Amino acid sequence: MNLVPPVLAGDRLALARLLSLLENETPEGLQDLSALYPRSGQAHRVGITGAPGTGKSALVNRLVQELRARADPPQIAILAVDPSSPFSGGAILGDRIRMRDLSGDPGVFIRSMANRGSLGGLARTSSDLAAALDAAGFGIIFIETVGSGQAEVDIAGAAHTVVVVDAPGMGDAIQALKAGILEIADIVVVNKSDLPGAKTTLTALRATLELAPAVRDKDKGSDWTAPLLLTSATSGEGIPELAEAIGGHRRFLEQSGEWEVRERARVDQEVGRLLRERLAERFLKAQPDGLYEAALQKVLAREAAPGVIVEQLIEGADAAN
Amino acid sequence: MAQPKIRVLIAKPGLDGHDRGAKVIARALRDAGMEVIYTGLRQTPEMIAEAALQEDVHIVGLSILSGAHLTLVPRILRLLKQQGQERVRVMLGGIIPDEDRPKLEAMGVAGVFGPGTSTTAIVEAFSRAVEPQELKAAEG
Ligand SMILES: Nc1nc2c(ncn2[C@@H]2O[C@H](COP(=O)(O)OP(=O)(O)OP(=O)(O)O)[C@@H](O)[C@H]2O)c(=O)[nH]1
Ligand SMILES: [Mg+2]
Repeated sequence: MNLVPPVLAGDRLALARLLSLLENETPEGLQDLSALYPRSGQAHRVGITGAPGTGKSALVNRLVQELRARADPPQIAILAVDPSSPFSGGAILGDRIRMRDLSGDPGVFIRSMANRGSLGGLARTSSDLAAALDAAGFGIIFIETVGSGQAEVDIAGAAHTVVVVDAPGMGDAIQALKAGILEIADIVVVNKSDLPGAKTTLTALRATLELAPAVRDKDKGSDWTAPLLLTSATSGEGIPELAEAIGGHRRFLEQSGEWEVRERARVDQEVGRLLRERLAERFLKAQPDGLYEAALQKVLAREAAPGVIVEQLIEGADAAN
Repeated sequence: MAQPKIRVLIAKPGLDGHDRGAKVIARALRDAGMEVIYTGLRQTPEMIAEAALQEDVHIVGLSILSGAHLTLVPRILRLLKQQGQERVRVMLGGIIPDEDRPKLEAMGVAGVFGPGTSTTAIVEAFSRAVEPQELKAAEG
């Protein structure tokens, strides 16, 4: 079934089906996406990342309400990624719990995704789902990453604007932030400003940022300085300012030419990854049975280093052609 | 092509206050390899139907302890149907008197699980409810 016409006509059931086809990496999904692709490229992809429990979902809930209450609001989609269990492959996707205020708004579409074993905070197919939502007419796509203390580097490649969320009482989360996640931030948020300790967290982060400002744009000579904001998803404090900062970053990207730079980097990352995967798949399929296993055994027996074995595999295949 | 997963929405409609049972089931389904969207307490029928649609789930699992199942379940079934989601199977757990069971089944509820049902039996019923071909066809 061709889902493209109903998706373009605003049929949400068809859109939901298409997202499943893409998530399952089916040929039908790919075909539909390629038909939709020329219509994508309008949406502002906004990544929301940070340690577990800092309030990413609650913030998205508030932000989207704020944006939807404005005059002539865009349609907004949310992709919320949670981890799959490495043991069963199943997952509990709980981000919707905090987004209940968004239900009933026909201009909002929320989709939960399991990361299906992929590291780096997103699922392999998150960007494809975002492209489909983009083509379907959603003007802003929030992508909430898996909560982790690690730098969620994938989101830096997948989003135009990255919001890093911290909160008081996260313990070693600040350490993890220092370890790199701030480097990908376009906007830094200390959430839970209604809790004691928020000011301390803010001061600590400000010191860290002054020592090592967000470098994502700095090395390119751009003049965006990541703002540091205090919010409360509970009381609503700071939410309009956060919405402003996100819109401001989009304008900055467009005016500075950085939008195109990021789009290029994203496409480079996606195409490069797919190319590597597909080539490796094809290569292995073309090998005689047992050759790859024999190569692994040589490495296991410490007869050859992995890099050498890979060279041998490739040379062997070239010689056979 | 990735291995398609059974997707399930677990929801608690109505006003009864705790979701311990629903969480136990959600975890058991995850441990059986399913992707479980958990929506929390006090969901209206509209919220449940909307979430089922956006998440493209195969099964909606409802937990109702308040005794309001004979009003809530038909409303949810009607909304699913109106939205073209008739392929979604609805399972019901909670405090359901035996005499209500035939009524619920006649409405189209695919499984009714009373307080004594083992978690294993529930997981099995969820697994059996989705045909392998349906998963293969990747809900197309
Ligand atoms: N006091 C206070 N609590 C908050 C605030 N924002 C979120 N919370 C609470 O913090 C907890 C976690 O919020 P979530 O929005 O689920 O956090 P998250 O970052 O999305 O979590 P994961 O998706 O699990 O990584 C919940 O209990 C929220 O109610 C806030 O501004 N103030
Ligand atoms: Mg969350």
